[in-house]
Amino acid sequence: MRHDEDSGTQVGAALASVGRPLPHDSAIRHVSGSAVYVDDIREPAGTLHVVPGWARDATRGRIVSLDLDPVRAHPGVVAVIGPAEIPGKNDVSPALGDEPMFADEEILFWGQPLFAVVATTREAARHAARKARISVEELPPLLTVEDALAAGETVLPDYQFRKGSPETGLATASDLLEGSLRIGGQEHFYLEGQVSLAVPGEDGDMFVHTSSQHPSETQHIIARVLGVPDAAVTVEVRRMGGGFGGKESQANHWAAIAAIAARATGRPCKLRLDRDDDMIMTGKRHDFRVDWKLGHDAQGLLRVVDMRLFARCGYSADLSLGVVDRSMFHADSSYYYPDAMIHSRRLKTHTCSNTAFRGFGGPQGMLAAERMMDALAIRLGVDPLDLRKRNFYRDGRDVTPYGMKVEEHATLHAIVDELEQSSDYRRRREEIAAFNATSPILKKGLALTPVKFGISFTLKHLNQAGALVHLYTDGSIHLNHGGTEMGQGLFQKVAQIVAEEFGVSLDTVKITATHTGKVPNTGPTAASSGTDLNGMAAKIAAETIRGRLVAFAAERYQIEPAEIVFADNRVQLGERSMTLGELAREAHLARIQLSAAGFYATPNITWDRPSASGRPFFYFAYGAACSEVTVDTMTGEMRVDRVDILHDVGHSLNPAIDIGQIEGGFVQGMGWLTTEELVWDDRGRLRTHAPSTYKIPTASDVPEDFRVELYASAGNPSPTVYRSKAVGEPPVMLAISVFSAIHDALASLNPGAIPDLDAPATPEAILRAVQSMKRGRAG
Amino acid sequence: MREVVRFLQGGRVVELADVRPTETVLDYLRLRRGLVGTKEGCGEGDCGACTVAVGRLVEGRLVYQPVNSCIQFLGMLDGAELVTVEDLAADGRLHPVQQALVDHHGSQCGFCTPGFVMSLFTLYHAPETPATRKTVTDWLAGNLCRCTGYRPIVDAAMAACFSEIDDAFSRRAAETVAALEAMERDTRDVVIAQEGGGFFAVPATLDALAELTERHPDATLVAGATDVGLWVTKQLRELPQVIWLGRVRDLDRIEETPGGVLMGAGTTFAAAHPYMARIDPDLGELWRRIGSRQVRASGTVCGNIANGSPIGDSPPALIALGATIELRRGEASRTLPLESFFIGYGKQDRAPGEIVTGLYVPRLDPNHAFRCFKISKRFDQDITSVLCALRVTLADGTVTEARLAYGGMAATPKRAENAELALLGARPDRPASWAAALKALADDFAPISDMRASEAYRKEVARALLAKALVEIGGTPDERTRVTGLRAGEVIHAA
Repeated sequence: MRHDEDSGTQVGAALASVGRPLPHDSAIRHVSGSAVYVDDIREPAGTLHVVPGWARDATRGRIVSLDLDPVRAHPGVVAVIGPAEIPGKNDVSPALGDEPMFADEEILFWGQPLFAVVATTREAARHAARKARISVEELPPLLTVEDALAAGETVLPDYQFRKGSPETGLATASDLLEGSLRIGGQEHFYLEGQVSLAVPGEDGDMFVHTSSQHPSETQHIIARVLGVPDAAVTVEVRRMGGGFGGKESQANHWAAIAAIAARATGRPCKLRLDRDDDMIMTGKRHDFRVDWKLGHDAQGLLRVVDMRLFARCGYSADLSLGVVDRSMFHADSSYYYPDAMIHSRRLKTHTCSNTAFRGFGGPQGMLAAERMMDALAIRLGVDPLDLRKRNFYRDGRDVTPYGMKVEEHATLHAIVDELEQSSDYRRRREEIAAFNATSPILKKGLALTPVKFGISFTLKHLNQAGALVHLYTDGSIHLNHGGTEMGQGLFQKVAQIVAEEFGVSLDTVKITATHTGKVPNTGPTAASSGTDLNGMAAKIAAETIRGRLVAFAAERYQIEPAEIVFADNRVQLGERSMTLGELAREAHLARIQLSAAGFYATPNITWDRPSASGRPFFYFAYGAACSEVTVDTMTGEMRVDRVDILHDVGHSLNPAIDIGQIEGGFVQGMGWLTTEELVWDDRGRLRTHAPSTYKIPTASDVPEDFRVELYASAGNPSPTVYRSKAVGEPPVMLAISVFSAIHDALASLNPGAIPDLDAPATPEAILRAVQSMKRGRAG
Repeated sequence: MREVVRFLQGGRVVELADVRPTETVLDYLRLRRGLVGTKEGCGEGDCGACTVAVGRLVEGRLVYQPVNSCIQFLGMLDGAELVTVEDLAADGRLHPVQQALVDHHGSQCGFCTPGFVMSLFTLYHAPETPATRKTVTDWLAGNLCRCTGYRPIVDAAMAACFSEIDDAFSRRAAETVAALEAMERDTRDVVIAQEGGGFFAVPATLDALAELTERHPDATLVAGATDVGLWVTKQLRELPQVIWLGRVRDLDRIEETPGGVLMGAGTTFAAAHPYMARIDPDLGELWRRIGSRQVRASGTVCGNIANGSPIGDSPPALIALGATIELRRGEASRTLPLESFFIGYGKQDRAPGEIVTGLYVPRLDPNHAFRCFKISKRFDQDITSVLCALRVTLADGTVTEARLAYGGMAATPKRAENAELALLGARPDRPASWAAALKALADDFAPISDMRASEAYRKEVARALLAKALVEIGGTPDERTRVTGLRAGEVIHAA
């Protein structure tokens, strides 16, 4: 059925479910401990446990010998599997064939699995996995951006956007400014680690419970390693204990190993990574070095920007194509660059393969743009907010470096203006200046930064989704779609949409696990698109069934379709009224199909990567944040004092869930830019592979004065489901205001000098910047 | 002698004869009992997803403490009540803390939620806690959430945890107390023997403990298991013989003497906290930042000393205060200054079979000034990169004695002897007079670079912290010199 453009615009009608701040669908199960995660599923009899083995002394090198006899001899070990036990291809990569399930010749990073132990208990498997005797002929690893640049090693070709004539711009701009910024990566630290349970069936079938944001891809990769058709593999995901991009491609490997183990032993096999192994083996947010140069006029209007993005991708390509593209798409933040060169390199290093992480490269690009703004404001001696606003996209200055027109810039302006007022930015700016003038040790900083985030997968074919809705003859509804639930409230939002369609209360809608046998060939739940895509697909499926019921009832009762209303758990049929179940039974007896598949493909996106032209995004999500910090210039310690956020979700489908996404995203972004530091030693070993050494924010890191509001939107101008906007990723970038505020505090130490602050702004990074400011050699 | 471990769960006494010495409470719940509401997030006591509540009698009163079940050994439940997330809902209704989390949208992915529920359950049952967000964020420092940003969880706590205590547990408290008292009256030593000579032993008296450790000098002594637990879960070490100190009578005594505070080796950080806070607000704040509430509820001060970590948080501050420790081997006891106990990396002045039995912390005199700072990447529940503690004795504003100790700067907690010497005669209100002391730190320490901080940062911040201490003692108001802590104006409940 073709999607009716108008069905996305029922705004103004009285809505019973949509728009209400309902709790997460599993909230009661969460607090009761009865929500079932993969490791909680009652294990089938005879379940075995799988633990990957790796070389603890090798980062890069040729495998000379691998003696697994001591592993096999360990009590409880049932099997040891390696490359020879893979019936299909030894490849778990999403696309490019560059990620072996088990390294068989060369080790490419510290933590790369070489084999896996299958034992009767997890404990036995863990002990046994450490008993392999591994001999490796070591080769010098490439570890840093500079190592990879010097060696000229990349995982994918370079790519660039070019707008206007940047060379002319740089030659003719009245003033130039340049700098370089290092941006650290980020560990996802989903609370539930990677886990899969593979149950072998008849005829080579495999059923896998996993914690994956991309069940279809997990299915396809399992089929690839097993050497069976996709149809022989079924993957199910009820919920994840957090994803954040870390289970978009990174869940596949472990599900595939579990499946191979199940195939090899003929028994159910569960693989749950130990937290340290998880942090060592799986990819993270890309770390970057960004070299930037800008030309501007006397008023601070940008004339030209030249940005070089160097991304450390790790040993394989994984999703680095799209990630770094998205950095480029957001290297403009909210600012108009008349001429621009946005260049990117995807560098290969012998470290874990960096991957998707909430924002998918966007945060790094935006951070660099905001650094340019802060630096230029200092250079010109103007308030950074004034400079930002001066350079915002506006009429006539509305084309991005990739050629797409920014149509909704009025929303950006309105949000920033409102937040400027509500946060009392100007008065606090003065108070902070006064404080800093009399405080030699503590310095305060303030920053108000915007967010403009492009919504749609930039890989066009991913912008499609399917749903499957059944109406049973008792009136209960079975809801299924291709999106996965990782805590973001997708299942609840989609259920609200379906309940709205049938005019029933939410308890009528049974939310069911994502299942590749019900909705096939789905994209990942990623790019903030879960609700936009799956909500619309489910709505279409529900409309289909409802349409059949209406047609049936109109004929049966000889009334106009307009006289049939689904509301308040009843169906009004002219003068008659019945329950949905009664109508469903009547329709069933009349042989009307009460099941429908819905399909949705995002309209109006035309991006063509080879020519770097077209429209990559359906729309933009906007927001702004104002943060105030205090920095201790003796130690580099920092405290966030107050945060004000105003964020645009269009017409909210569920304000409670949306606020949760905004706050959670902000705090996660704040962690990325402050306390969360990934440290590799000079041999390429990750030293921060547990929460003891890798520090995500705790409750006390969130300021008590934390004011979060939804922007009073007139609705998404693009025809999304109920005119809502995606909300998963954009709030991460609200946290750039914290980083800018720290920069602002440091700037007070030496007016006119530009602090050289890298991310994350740990106490050590802040103190380093303090010292360079005091030496007067900053910038 | 008793050959079963015995604890209370769901109003019933559980008796287990088959307890492996290092079997964790979490594995017991999930693997043996199929109680999978309690989650494993990290297996090292840092994320709190596995938090359970453990009820014990403290001076006859039932007290619930949060415990990281992933690193707590099952045998350590002996004599206690175990409460897990499955136990909370009663009569088909959620517990008030559960309902508040639902009402305030306090869960997203839900994986950390059972741990938060249990931490909030212990806050709900904690008496006399000030109803502030600071109380809550401190209480929850050991529970990581990656989804919500914490605000709704703190809101839920504010709504549920500071009203009258009225739940199924308070209503049956009398029976629970009676059951715990009955278990307490059984003062026999407990030994769960394993094949091959292994055991989990719970001596009931100091004499029995001394005798046991002398007979089994290779046995692992466990107090709170907040460190030893990780040897098992992360290093996969086999510890066949475990002696748990948790039921040794009077070992957890703590008392204020005219000159200071005396505590036994079983005293937890939580129990010592108010005593330390009364010595000095900085010491109280340091205590608050040691581990998390879960870690402080189980971990002991003497355990922190005995394991000799170069980054243990309490030793530098205790050394600056002039603390002494008491050791015993068999019948023989000795006392030594705390700094003398630390010989080298991982090496302490402790003979095989010898045990740390107590600690004495002198109070500050009126002519003392004390400051203590902890530097870490995150304020709460983080391992220190540099810890600085200074006690100076002042006469007419001039330093006549200095005790300056650092953590994270050497292979052991260590005094800065050169800087101490250079401080003599200095006046805190005259920075020029202590410039030499700052310089002397370079002769005292040659720190290393690691994942927590670089050598350069450690050296710089060591100087900065000494300077900050002296600036504050010299008269600059503390709220102008610090971004955090009591002296920066925060009010925190020390209990």
